[in-house]
Amino acid sequence: MSMPFYVSPEQIMKDKADYARKGISRGRSVIVCQYDGGIAFVAENPSRALHKVSEIYDRIAFAAVGKYNEFENLRVAGVRLADLRGYSYDRRDVTGRALANAYAQTLGTIFTETAKPYEVEIVVAEVGETAAEDQMYRLTFDGSVGDEHGYVAMGGSAEAISAVLEDGYTDGLELGAAIRLAVNALSRDNGEPRVIGSSQLEVAVLDRSRTRRAFRRLSGSRLDALLAG
Amino acid sequence: MPSARGGAEPANGGLPRSFMAAGTSSFTEFLGDHAPDLLPGRRQVPGTVVDVPHGTTIVSATFPGGVIMAGDRRATMGNVIAQRDIEKVFPADEHSCVGIAGTAGLAVELVRLFQVELEHYEKIEGTPLSVDGKANRLATMIRGNLGLAMQGLAVVPLFAGYDDEVETGRIFSYDITGGRYEEHEFHAVGSGSSFARGSLKKLYRDDLSEDEAVAVCVHALYDAADDDSATGGPDMARRIYPVVAVCTAQGYRRIPDDVLGDVVTSIVAGRQERPGGPTAPLGA
Repeated sequence: MSMPFYVSPEQIMKDKADYARKGISRGRSVIVCQYDGGIAFVAENPSRALHKVSEIYDRIAFAAVGKYNEFENLRVAGVRLADLRGYSYDRRDVTGRALANAYAQTLGTIFTETAKPYEVEIVVAEVGETAAEDQMYRLTFDGSVGDEHGYVAMGGSAEAISAVLEDGYTDGLELGAAIRLAVNALSRDNGEPRVIGSSQLEVAVLDRSRTRRAFRRLSGSRLDALLAG
Repeated sequence: MPSARGGAEPANGGLPRSFMAAGTSSFTEFLGDHAPDLLPGRRQVPGTVVDVPHGTTIVSATFPGGVIMAGDRRATMGNVIAQRDIEKVFPADEHSCVGIAGTAGLAVELVRLFQVELEHYEKIEGTPLSVDGKANRLATMIRGNLGLAMQGLAVVPLFAGYDDEVETGRIFSYDITGGRYEEHEFHAVGSGSSFARGSLKKLYRDDLSEDEAVAVCVHALYDAADDDSATGGPDMARRIYPVVAVCTAQGYRRIPDDVLGDVVTSIVAGRQERPGGPTAPLGA
């Protein structure tokens, strides 16, 4: 009788983590950062239809990097969870924290119990009444959650991008400055700065001043004006 | 384990399997799979007729560039006025509105479900439903309520929205079997609807301005309240005015009470001179 090779749990987890990291690092990055009027999402994404940034609920949005079909699956599940909660209880009872928790449990289970982990990294952001009440949760492929402030960069070159953001980011940036900083950071993902035109960008905001649905996409002339400063 | 969130959830608090399933962009269909008890149409009720509040008259009229919908504020339960400030006209999404006549409790629940349905589709698909698509979704939801309607718990909505493909306002009416009918120019539903429709027929023109269309709708509700005891007229003492909504290219907007108060006050003053309201010219 043949015996399977013994592989230590540490090795299995390490292999899965390496596999997931490798998958995530192949894609372009996404930046989520606070500005004086809310939270901005900036992604390099030439597709107009396959979004990396989406609305989940009134004050909550979702940003992801990695494998599209996997994060799309999570996005749809999040919209269903939020809409079901809002319908059974009240719109105010839908929170980013609960959603981040559900995602964390789901990603954690998939990571430990299935052979192939999800190759995704996501941010769940909720805009509050004031900048101090804004919430940004970063979730990785193994279900770890981080409570972030200021800015988050995800994707293959997250470290290089974060370094640029760290230099340029201050609290209370106005929207145009925040987007220009994010685009500048995205353009330096592989050392040499590139030019990223507005047609290569997916930009959205959670605008604190909007009464109900805070999520808005920015494109076309509006985005060009913000990029030009 | 069933919970208030509906249906079975994994013990660890993660997302249930049905949430992750690929497929539908419809919230109603998702509820049907995951938490069917939350759908109004799936509910069993005893065979006896129950006395519950009913909402009454809703009117709607188009004007170049948009559509108006207005509803009175009365809910009745037999001879009793169950509520004098109920709201029966709601935004369905950012460019359309829905008004309801019939069993108030079910109707309000149906409107909430319809609102979530439209927003859910828009979020999942990244684009809103067409006006016809919205009208058809509402028809499906009314059809699901047929069993309850047969026991006296009917809900009859009126749906209106701005269609940016043809750049006009459109109106859809329904029957309890989910029949969907597109109405042109104007329509009214509810117990006072025949009086309101008679009034609209005389006052409506196809070149009304938005303000004139609002006045026409308020006149129609006044005429409905004049002859139907279940429809409430403007309550000047309590400053309770009809709910009047406008859908144009700029989206859904409810006329604020301070603006509407002036319109209603002048209409009520006019009626003191001439209780039947403005007359239509007897031209050749």
